[in-house]
Amino acid sequence: MDSFILLRFGDTGWGDEMLRAAIVTILVSLSAMAIGLLVSVFATMSKLSSNGFIRSIGNTYTTVVRGIPELLVIYLLYFGANNAIMGVAKKLFGYNQYIELPVFLIAAIAVGIISGAYSTEVLRGAFLAVPKGQIEASKSVGMNKFLIFRRILIPQVMRYALPGLGNVWQLTLKDTALIMVTGLVEIMRQAHIASGSTYSPFTFYITAALLYLVLTTASSRVLNSAESWANKGVRRA
Amino acid sequence: MNKALEINHLKKSFGDLEVLKDISLNAEKGDVICIIGSSGSGKSTLLRCINLLDIPDSGEVWVNGELIKMSKNKAGNYYPQDQDQVDRIRTKLAMVFQSFNLWSHMTVIQNVVEAPIHVQKIDKNKANKLGLELLAKVGITEKADQFPSSLSGGQQQRVAIARALAIEPDILLFDEPTSSLDPELVGEVLRVMQSLAEEGRTMIVVTHEMGFAKGVASKVIFLHNGHIEEQGTPDELFNAPKSERLKRFLESNLAI
Repeated sequence: MDSFILLRFGDTGWGDEMLRAAIVTILVSLSAMAIGLLVSVFATMSKLSSNGFIRSIGNTYTTVVRGIPELLVIYLLYFGANNAIMGVAKKLFGYNQYIELPVFLIAAIAVGIISGAYSTEVLRGAFLAVPKGQIEASKSVGMNKFLIFRRILIPQVMRYALPGLGNVWQLTLKDTALIMVTGLVEIMRQAHIASGSTYSPFTFYITAALLYLVLTTASSRVLNSAESWANKGVRRA
Repeated sequence: MNKALEINHLKKSFGDLEVLKDISLNAEKGDVICIIGSSGSGKSTLLRCINLLDIPDSGEVWVNGELIKMSKNKAGNYYPQDQDQVDRIRTKLAMVFQSFNLWSHMTVIQNVVEAPIHVQKIDKNKANKLGLELLAKVGITEKADQFPSSLSGGQQQRVAIARALAIEPDILLFDEPTSSLDPELVGEVLRVMQSLAEEGRTMIVVTHEMGFAKGVASKVIFLHNGHIEEQGTPDELFNAPKSERLKRFLESNLAI
């Protein structure tokens, strides 16, 4: 019964705070996924390039980001980005004060960079899965590169990539829990704060768990219907 | 009048392997040229060099009297000078592939009208009407709204032929169009090809179907180790082969 009192909405309970934190989690996840997808498009093109130097940029990115703990990536970016901005401000404008970037932005970029590394591998695989013959057929009817990309590659890459990207989305959603270390009040941070001030950690952490479950279940629903939409034309055998 | 296709001194190597050694050939409008030869003789590469799916190392390709402009880069490699020209000429040269290569995310009719609508900017309704006519021509109208994956190999290849016809090309290139088909499906594709030849279309056909070459071709070219060993009318090549190699090739291919 106590738990329900603790989770009431309004001044006396933490319900509204938890809900607001869930919205922050959703917003950070969406931003991170978007940033990650943008990064991964470039990283994929880099990894599929015929130029060895360009290829090594993409390879370094995915190797480094996937090779070190995610928490460490967040720490490195959190401190690194602020230091870099301060360094630039000092050099260019002689500005000596402490600058702190908006924590939401850093969080979204940090998780985005992590999520992008995994998306890159998914996209790369999807690009390679499009049969070469279909590209040749496109060339043979006079389609230019841009048209082939838009009409033939993208629709098929999306189809092949969707299950993998769905997976990356779930990981991204859960990775946002790690950004509590930057002080951004998302689900995990809010649960931490609430349990600290009420001495009822279990109530809040189980609430957090349920919130994550709601988000991940809802997104798999959406992803499943997206997949069946994208898979028209695929032989179901 | 300009020749439909003129190839001069075409050479192509893959690494150390010389696949085409100085090939020249001409096609008049309405010619059906069958290129025969054992595997590895360079037949497919020759065909693919015509529409630049493979880039030749040297030589000229003229389509309807227009030279495909090539340049050399610093490393001495040939490359097309003007990609827009290549794209435009490719719409004059439709290709039918051994493995069909239909776009799997599009229905049959979408496959056929894709290039007319998006490359040639033909009005959608007009393109669809033309598409259905072409599907009727290859005898596959009832599958228009199905995806390629639900079609048999022979049906897919007939759709691929309709797709090639849809861009209203001057020359049709066939790259072993029946080689990946089950034997009982070969006939339906060959019949469509024969009817195209009877319409007076210019066709370059790489094939193992000696019966087709014999019955339909206006000229047969026997390729061996990257050069033209012998060429002439079907009658000359099949009934009076001059070279030892062609004799042996025909014996092993007609015996089956």
